[in-house]
Amino acid sequence: MKSVERQDLEECLLHDLDGYQGALGGLTRREFLNYCTGVAATLGLSSTMGIRIAEAATAPVRPPVIWLSAQECTGCTESLLRAYHPSLETLILDMISLDYHEALCAGAGHQAEAYRAKSMKENWGKFILVVDGSIPTKDGGIYCMVADKPILETVREAAEGAAAIVGIGSCASWGGIPSSSPNPTDAKPVHAVLPGKTVVNIPGCPPNPYNFLATVLYLLTFGKPPELDTKNRPKFAYGRLIHENCERRPHFDAGRFALEFGDLGHRQGFCLYKIGCKGPETHANCPAIGFGDVGQGVWPIGIGHPCFGCTEEGVGFTKPVHSLAKVQTFAPPTAFPSVDATKGQGVSTAAVAVIAGAAGLAVGAGGMAMRRMDGKAESPDKSGEGS
Amino acid sequence: MSEIAHRPLGGRILTKPVMILGIFVLIALYFIARRFLFGLGDVSHMSNGFPLGVWVAVDVVVGTAFGCGGYAMALLVYIFNRNTYHPLMRPALLSGVFGYTLAGMAVMIDLGRYWNAFNLLMPWYAQLNSVIFEVALCVMAYITVLWIEFSPAIMERMPPSLRQRYNVDKVRAFLKRYMYVFIGLGVLLPSMHQSSLGSVLLVMGSKLSPLWYTNWLPLLYLISALSMGYGVVLLESTLVSRAYRLPSESALLASLSKVVAGILALFLIIRFGALLAGGHLDLALAGDFRGNLFLIESALFLAPVLLLATPAGRASQRLRFLAAVCLLAAGSLYRIDSYIMAVNPGNGWVYFPSAPELMITIGMVCLEIILYLLFIKTLPVLRGSANQPQGRLS
Repeated sequence: MKSVERQDLEECLLHDLDGYQGALGGLTRREFLNYCTGVAATLGLSSTMGIRIAEAATAPVRPPVIWLSAQECTGCTESLLRAYHPSLETLILDMISLDYHEALCAGAGHQAEAYRAKSMKENWGKFILVVDGSIPTKDGGIYCMVADKPILETVREAAEGAAAIVGIGSCASWGGIPSSSPNPTDAKPVHAVLPGKTVVNIPGCPPNPYNFLATVLYLLTFGKPPELDTKNRPKFAYGRLIHENCERRPHFDAGRFALEFGDLGHRQGFCLYKIGCKGPETHANCPAIGFGDVGQGVWPIGIGHPCFGCTEEGVGFTKPVHSLAKVQTFAPPTAFPSVDATKGQGVSTAAVAVIAGAAGLAVGAGGMAMRRMDGKAESPDKSGEGS
Repeated sequence: MSEIAHRPLGGRILTKPVMILGIFVLIALYFIARRFLFGLGDVSHMSNGFPLGVWVAVDVVVGTAFGCGGYAMALLVYIFNRNTYHPLMRPALLSGVFGYTLAGMAVMIDLGRYWNAFNLLMPWYAQLNSVIFEVALCVMAYITVLWIEFSPAIMERMPPSLRQRYNVDKVRAFLKRYMYVFIGLGVLLPSMHQSSLGSVLLVMGSKLSPLWYTNWLPLLYLISALSMGYGVVLLESTLVSRAYRLPSESALLASLSKVVAGILALFLIIRFGALLAGGHLDLALAGDFRGNLFLIESALFLAPVLLLATPAGRASQRLRFLAAVCLLAAGSLYRIDSYIMAVNPGNGWVYFPSAPELMITIGMVCLEIILYLLFIKTLPVLRGSANQPQGRLS
């Protein structure tokens, strides 16, 4: 590890860092390197990796990205629009080349479709494919038509030439709302319609934009997806249960629960488990990074609403919002000790009498035994206080 | 081995002292029955803050130290090959047998869910990082080893019919041949769990007063167990030889005292050295409860060292006895202090044993004495002398 860092550092020193002045959306060199190092920190990488991320982000040929939208609500895009480090314009104008995105394209209609076809052809095997929304599969996928074509076909076609595929949002990752019962369109997640392909899933409704940005930058920097869990979610973001890092966790452990909205416990900021919080069975880094870049505590549980488990298949949009979560770590006992429980019992007269009696007996017997020692008196000693 | 004539003392079993002690045993039995019928809370003051009460601190931690007579003597006789001390071996072993067996019983009373205790023996449940697990297994093993070590004394006295029926002579021959294995285990196991009793306190961390807490706790516990083992041998042989007019082991005890003084001096050096190095010695003079306890304890430890430092002191039966009593009091206080009195779990928890809790502990000690007397009267434990074919018959 150490040698790797050293190598990176040497590489940095060879690099012309002043060249980054104004490299990205008019950022100064300092601002830009700050930002890249911040991204490295978000990913849990060494700070020297920031330089490599900077390199990747300023590469003259920006990697092309094709963003396809299936059965979605544009919430994921809305979420991305509210990222400030970097802002979306920095991302799409300076870091990647967003060649196709229905909501953000400058062009429209045939023009946009033609540009997508051209970009895919030119960059075959090199572009990053991002999909949001779930894919309807019933009746040949006719329930989501884009440019006269079922999105199912478009996605399959694009996936063939993609260097990497990212499914953003719960719909793309595991089906989301469209796949909830009764699932009239037989909606499926992206990975389900692309057998044999690795789809990096960024679930969430909407997902935290920084989980997406960090994953994309990782892809750009290292040319491979970050470490993934069994559901192909990046471990750096979805490796832990919300419950594990929740700021209300101490209340859970101590048995202090809000029992209904607006009750005393809810106003005090107690644990929301008993009003249906799914934090104990949902994997995400929400408590650690929050939303909206306005500081700590700004996320659903932080503002007093139970987590509804959007990132977890079988929890979000499946379980009733106010039903109890299945606690994966350990369940709280049904009864907690009351806070004013007695803290042990102190001295009682009888106990002191017993101790004093025993001590007196021992001292007395010992004294009697000693009195006769070293003399020639061989009279038997009655004491049996030996052991 | 065989040239030492061990013989039973004989005599009446139900003497007056035994009957008085028996009353205490009956009282203890009553409270033990209540504990099993109504639960721990009915008789004990133990709490979540103080889960280790007087049953652990006295019956187990102090009790097994008193039971270390067998260990200490085995170390001396077999490992350091001081065969001259052999006559003291069997009585020391007997006190070990009872000290440990009753400690085991005390644990079964103390465990909240004693019916789960058998899981200790299930290898797939073993938690090898647990100090308490080590203590539990090791003590169980040692109780077994102690009874095996002591068993020749029982088998010697078996009626011939029984001996033949159960092939006892074969077992005896086997034991005679392989006794060294059990003696080896009998030295190894106490070394392990007596130091582990100190490691248990290491786990307590800041709950334990800095005057007691040191990284050397395991070693201090081992040394104090050894010294208490010798202390018990000194005390017992003095009392028993006086009470039953047996030949005095004075010469042996005087030289043993030298060993005791040396071990105690080592204990004090390590204890004070660690406190000095840790910079906590000033707490001893703080004048508060714990500081004073520490001073009393240290004085009790120092007394036997001084008493036994001179040949004159070692030769005097009275001073030897006084030293042994001081030593046992010091060792007991050290153990009770570090397990209960010097412990502060915080959050306002308090503990003082309840009267029924204490009665169970006292009853256990009384039972131990009764059984000791019973065994030395009926089994060949003590050494007789040629001109005194029998002990006191009363």
